[in-house]
Amino acid sequence: MAHYLLSVHGPAERNEFGNYGSKDEMEAAFAATGAFNDKLKADGYWVFAGGLEPAATATVVDGQGAAPVMTDGPYLESKEIIGGFWVVDAPDLDVALRLAAEGSKACRGKVEVRPFEGVA
Amino acid sequence: MQPEAAAVERVFREEYGRVIAALVRRFGDIDVAEEAAGEALVVALETWPASGVPPNPAGWLTTTAANRAIDRLRRETKRDAKHRAASMLYDDSPHVPTGPVEDDRLRLLFTCCHPALAEEARIALTLRLLGGLTVAEIAAAFLVPEPTMGQRITRAKQKIAAAKVPYRVPETADLPQRLGAVLTVLFLVFNEGYLATGDGDPIRAELTGEAIRLTRVLRQLMPDQPEVAGLLALMLLTEARRTARVRDGQLVPLADQDRARWDRSLVDEGHALVRECLAVNRPGRYQILAAINAVHTDAPTAADTDWSQVVALYDQLTELDPSPIVTLNRAVALAEIDGPQVALAQVDRLPLAGYHAWHATRADLLRRLGRSAEAREQYDAAISATQNSAERAYLSRKRAELT
Repeated sequence: MAHYLLSVHGPAERNEFGNYGSKDEMEAAFAATGAFNDKLKADGYWVFAGGLEPAATATVVDGQGAAPVMTDGPYLESKEIIGGFWVVDAPDLDVALRLAAEGSKACRGKVEVRPFEGVA
Repeated sequence: MQPEAAAVERVFREEYGRVIAALVRRFGDIDVAEEAAGEALVVALETWPASGVPPNPAGWLTTTAANRAIDRLRRETKRDAKHRAASMLYDDSPHVPTGPVEDDRLRLLFTCCHPALAEEARIALTLRLLGGLTVAEIAAAFLVPEPTMGQRITRAKQKIAAAKVPYRVPETADLPQRLGAVLTVLFLVFNEGYLATGDGDPIRAELTGEAIRLTRVLRQLMPDQPEVAGLLALMLLTEARRTARVRDGQLVPLADQDRARWDRSLVDEGHALVRECLAVNRPGRYQILAAINAVHTDAPTAADTDWSQVVALYDQLTELDPSPIVTLNRAVALAEIDGPQVALAQVDRLPLAGYHAWHATRADLLRRLGRSAEAREQYDAAISATQNSAERAYLSRKRAELT
């Protein structure tokens, strides 16, 4: 088995319904994502998952110098950011890609699949 | 190179895909497989000239390479990068030298043409691992500097290893789409040979030949897939006309080709495959394109061409693939039945500005309608859009002939 990061990419600017067009759409996406999460757990692929607060809440820390330097905001300023992610444990890329397609459909966003080099 | 060494190299290249595929299955690592195959070649070059080529060269090379790989991996077990590959030795499935080796090539082909890889990487990997072409040869074929092509192949192999692209034939549900990706790669290789880009040879026979060889292998491995037979037929019927297609560096259009120079055995083989596809009756894009080519190669002269049959086949193709390029090709056939005026009206509407064949078709139809000034403009547009030297030469001549 191998670990994959499935990260959901979407617009950095969110409205009152997150990245969604309406309250109904948002609730439908949450419900579908919840169901997908349950399925990941039942099928044994689940490791960890979560949604992230908006990019504006991020802080970049550079601790390489004598004293850490804090910078308000995300590391990269861009129009599209990671809004959430799953970490899954899958036998190969084909399975990870299939899970990503299901997750993408559930949360209504594009999903990047990236293998872990290792996990601690 | 001595003749014996050249013979060994030739056998090695022919068997390369088989050997690499078996080694990848056994060791689970493409780099290990390639290194081991390279070592087996060295041994073959030392021993074959004296002992002769063994009766099953692929089996001999695979066994020799596997033994070398095991020795090497045992020596290097402490090295981290090789550690995982070495650990695979201990859950090795039994090695059978003939039957499953065929399936191994099929698996490797699906790995090389995996949708998670960029198309140009799929093409390069397929030619390298299954075709046995060197990086330098692939780079030359696609007019890319050798380091660039080397990097493209290395990156693709790294992704296969790191992301765990599986080494297996896809399940039935995914097969049509995944097979489509494999056929696309083979067809792109063929097309690059058939209508080569750049200022070099207008046809690169080594690429058309390699595409046909790999498609023949796929046909053996997947005899029940009519689209594979269709693609092979399409390639054979196109390849049959190769020597008649260029004269004095100029492209010779189908109607003007010397049909006596067509390769009859390739035509016959292509026709037999098309008949076989018709009997199966599960039409697909490549089968229909092959059938269209069969209509052309069936006609003793251009005037004998059954154009209504060609149009009917394009209608069938349009149902599967309603693309403007299909409409363009259909219009070329339609011009032979309903005249250039009707065809031009259809062609003009297509959103294909900048596509060489669109401009060339419009140029020809306008020429036939006596609208020389407009034809000249279209020839100019076609000449600047084409990347094939023979097509450019042909279009330039037609433009110069306008009155």
